[in-house]
Amino acid sequence: MRPPLQRYRNILDFALSSLLRRKGRNLALISVYTLVVFVIASLVFFVQALKREAHELLAQAPDMVVQRMVAGRHDPVPLAQVEAIRNIRGVDEVQARLWGYYYDPVFGGNLTVLATEDAALAPDAIWIGQGVARSMRVKEGDLIPLRGYDGQSNLFSIQKVLPESSELVSSDLVLMAPKDVRALFHFPEGLATDLAIQAGNPRELPTIAAKIVELYPDSRPILKTEILRTYEAVFDWRGGLMVVVLGSAVLSFIIFAWDKATGLSAEERKEIGVLKSLGWESSDVLLLKFWEGTVISVTAFLTGVLLAYAHVFFFSASLFEHALKGWSVLFPRFRLIPALDGYQLTVLFFLTVLPYTAATLVPSWRAATVDPDAAMRS
Amino acid sequence: MRKSTLCLAVTGALSALFLAMLGHARAQERMAALRRQPSAELVKRLGLTDLCLFTEARYTRHPAMADRHAAFQDHPMALDHFPSGALLAPPAFPSPHAPPPPAVPEHP
Repeated sequence: MRPPLQRYRNILDFALSSLLRRKGRNLALISVYTLVVFVIASLVFFVQALKREAHELLAQAPDMVVQRMVAGRHDPVPLAQVEAIRNIRGVDEVQARLWGYYYDPVFGGNLTVLATEDAALAPDAIWIGQGVARSMRVKEGDLIPLRGYDGQSNLFSIQKVLPESSELVSSDLVLMAPKDVRALFHFPEGLATDLAIQAGNPRELPTIAAKIVELYPDSRPILKTEILRTYEAVFDWRGGLMVVVLGSAVLSFIIFAWDKATGLSAEERKEIGVLKSLGWESSDVLLLKFWEGTVISVTAFLTGVLLAYAHVFFFSASLFEHALKGWSVLFPRFRLIPALDGYQLTVLFFLTVLPYTAATLVPSWRAATVDPDAAMRS
Repeated sequence: MRKSTLCLAVTGALSALFLAMLGHARAQERMAALRRQPSAELVKRLGLTDLCLFTEARYTRHPAMADRHAAFQDHPMALDHFPSGALLAPPAFPSPHAPPPPAVPEHP
């Protein structure tokens, strides 16, 4: 081996021996460090993957949804508006959506009931999402009672359970024929929950929205870009839980790095003094401390990131499940598709590895530049 | 065996796993369109507007369709009482639900 490389390896050997001498302390250090990287990386992976899913899936959402507002609340839209909106130039298709929420008092979950005119749907039958099937413990062919507006039970046979792979959008869905939705909720004829609009040219959407507001001042158009922006905001790193988790993780890391940076133990100081009296240069001592820091930080970074990847993409972020579930009884089970971002991994690396390594070097440099005699006596 | 050899071997193994992780992510992303197909089809066919993540309240189930003043939708001083409210960021300012700009350029 070439002498310079041999020198590095010798110093690395010494650094490892030095780390092993304080085995307990350094193992605790690596564990805490790995945990911090794990939490931050899990959150980054999870949020990034959800953002990507929202962006890709909701790209298929209607170009615009038009709601009607009465006294600041949603109100059903008269179907007469469908034709008027369809006549606006640039509008390709207007679809009246009929949907609502159903609270099931037996298992305590909220379902989203949506009307579909799919020809494959049999009369008096429903299609349900996986979450509904799981919560109600039902399967295809079973009958389920849904309590109507008048308190009477309406029996529906389950014709189909929607595929597991679509659970992220369909877990709580109950699809039924429009006449069944109207009968269940006593939803008046001639009204719909809202209108879904498709336009040929997305650049015309603001103009179409303005024309709809001009035509019906009590309407509220929601553009697809706004839907996508809502999800960007929901999973924005500056908001809600992200701030709490990231904040506490970063804070604990700062305390941890600060503790290292404020100085070496008397034993370490003495060790440096002995090394210098044996003929080690200051640069050798710094190299030794650099290796110690690098071994700890690189091991913790790689282990933390790998564990976070497995946690989010193989175990469906099970540690975050309780936080995400909130009070939901019905919670979708989904496997996220990895959406790794080189930029974020780099930022994570620089935020965790560099500060720690720097924090170990500064006090070592201060100790390495003092007289060995003074260092040993201190 | 020298300690440095063992350390380099462990770091090498971890780095190899890290590279394998990047490769796995890339491979999964390539198959993503196929995996998303059932959901994307459902979104398109039913005109869905939201992901089914939080089902406890209307404004958490359909944040994109929620009232402008969610989470204060029951009355002006009604504070959010669902834990997932902590996950939802306050709306951007100006709100994504703000009405579209009044200027109506004439259609060509």
